[in-house]
Amino acid sequence: MVGLEHYLTVAACLFVIGIFGLFLNRKNIIILLMSIELILLSVNINFVAFSAFLNDLVGQVFTLFVLTVAAAEAAIGLAILVCFFRNRGTIDVEDVNMMKG
Amino acid sequence: MLTNDLSVVLPELALATYAMLALVVIVYTGKDALAHVSLWVTAAVMVVVALWIGVGPDQTQMAFNGTFADDAFSRFAKVVILLSAAIVLVMSQDFMTKHDLMRFEYPLLVALAVVGMMVMVSASDLIVLYMGLELQSLSLYVVASLRRDHAKSTEAGLKYFVLGALSSGLLLYGCSLVYGYAGTTNFAGIIETTQGSDHLSVGLLIGLVFVLAGLAFKVSAAPFHMWTPDVYEGSPTPITAFFATAPKMAAMALFGRVVHDAFGGAVGDWQQVIAAFAVISMFLGAIAAIGQTDLKRLMAYSSIAHMGFALMGLAAGDAGGVEAMLLYMTIYVLMNLGMFAVILSMSRDGRPVTDIASLNLLSRTDPMKALVVLVLMFSLAGVPPFLGFFAKYAVLVAAVEAGLTWLAVAGVIASVIGAFYYLRIVFFVFFGSERDPLDQNDPLVLRAVMAVSALLLLIGSTGLFMVVQDPATAAAIALAN
Repeated sequence: MVGLEHYLTVAACLFVIGIFGLFLNRKNIIILLMSIELILLSVNINFVAFSAFLNDLVGQVFTLFVLTVAAAEAAIGLAILVCFFRNRGTIDVEDVNMMKG
Repeated sequence: MLTNDLSVVLPELALATYAMLALVVIVYTGKDALAHVSLWVTAAVMVVVALWIGVGPDQTQMAFNGTFADDAFSRFAKVVILLSAAIVLVMSQDFMTKHDLMRFEYPLLVALAVVGMMVMVSASDLIVLYMGLELQSLSLYVVASLRRDHAKSTEAGLKYFVLGALSSGLLLYGCSLVYGYAGTTNFAGIIETTQGSDHLSVGLLIGLVFVLAGLAFKVSAAPFHMWTPDVYEGSPTPITAFFATAPKMAAMALFGRVVHDAFGGAVGDWQQVIAAFAVISMFLGAIAAIGQTDLKRLMAYSSIAHMGFALMGLAAGDAGGVEAMLLYMTIYVLMNLGMFAVILSMSRDGRPVTDIASLNLLSRTDPMKALVVLVLMFSLAGVPPFLGFFAKYAVLVAAVEAGLTWLAVAGVIASVIGAFYYLRIVFFVFFGSERDPLDQNDPLVLRAVMAVSALLLLIGSTGLFMVVQDPATAAAIALAN
């Protein structure tokens, strides 16, 4: 029987993988975008699991909002990335270093 | 019912409708030729909406099944946000024109960000909170990289985007846990489930910590501050001025809203977290700013330190603390508007300069601006009788009254360390070494903003403080009771 805790565990794992992807990735900014997407989707699993568990629709409504915003966020992220690529000719994470920090 | 709900959100609705209509109309007519018109009309609309909210009846209204609150607290924050955004827009005109950045969408993106902030400070439900926050953030990512042919600006936008998205993810994960363990996304429902027992359940507590971490990103409180210096440095200066004012006020108000409206029953659980944010921010901001040579980076660290002080007010956990936080943020916004007017006016041979060394001996070439810098720096450092002192005094008193004496002592020490780099700038301005002088032809608007903010900081302790204090008290009582 697959219960709430299994879904929460999967979501937590995906969330942690996403966070690690953001910080450990030294290669490509596209991978950063994928990690962000992973974080948001893990949150969605959480919401849907809780929503089913609580018999409450609000969680699923929240999921739809998150999906919509994630799409807008990805569009803006890619747009900024294209501008960055035009200026620098690279999308390596290591090259995002004009300013210290 | 629906008309009732709509009448509550009418100011937000008006601003959002204006922004969308203006986008369509300008795209089909003059495009960038209408950029100046778009800027002035947007600023005017913001001022009108601010007045509309400011003179509105003093009552608490809920809309859309208790997901959107219109109370004294949100009105106070909204007026500050709208007015500061309008002033930044007006200040930016000259810089944007000079650097070929005067695009019609710039003021409209700012307007949409302001709509997001207004929704944020009124949020009374996790979904509304998230939607407002994202509307604000998505607009800000775009304006940060507005100078799209410039490597630094796009890099600033990229960094802001990645870390902003991460903070949204943290916040959202916290929201999902809070929803799961409280069974509702509504703040009123959440606070009901937290009452009855002294401490939150573990799930709610973890959710709360994630939410607080996400919000700390947005107010750039240490240890979640790492994006701030780079974004401040890389963005065009008027946009940095915008980042330093309205979004900080909005995020801080949202912080207050979440901890009091949703978790007001568990003050002990979040007080220590916020106090820790406050201490780390104050010290990090004060110490890291010492080595900076760029004014915009310096202002970034300065704002991190100031966020620490504002959080100290919030950490008090009562109405007095919220009032001190609101006063602090209002004075902080005023000081930053003045300081960024100075930075915007700095140029040599028509090119903008932002290094601190170029302020050397400003007193010889431009005594009035030197005096303004003096007042602003003393006020930022918190020297009496300038308004910045009273801001710091208010949060220190709030912290002591709440029994957080150690926090207040740490704040005093941090502000003494911080005074060093503010006063160093004053030293450069009056006793520095000889350098090529800065250009003299400042736009009138910048002169006016500088003069007004310096004057208010100087005499504000008598007059302005009284004008702002009553609404701030009412706002604090509306939030924390």
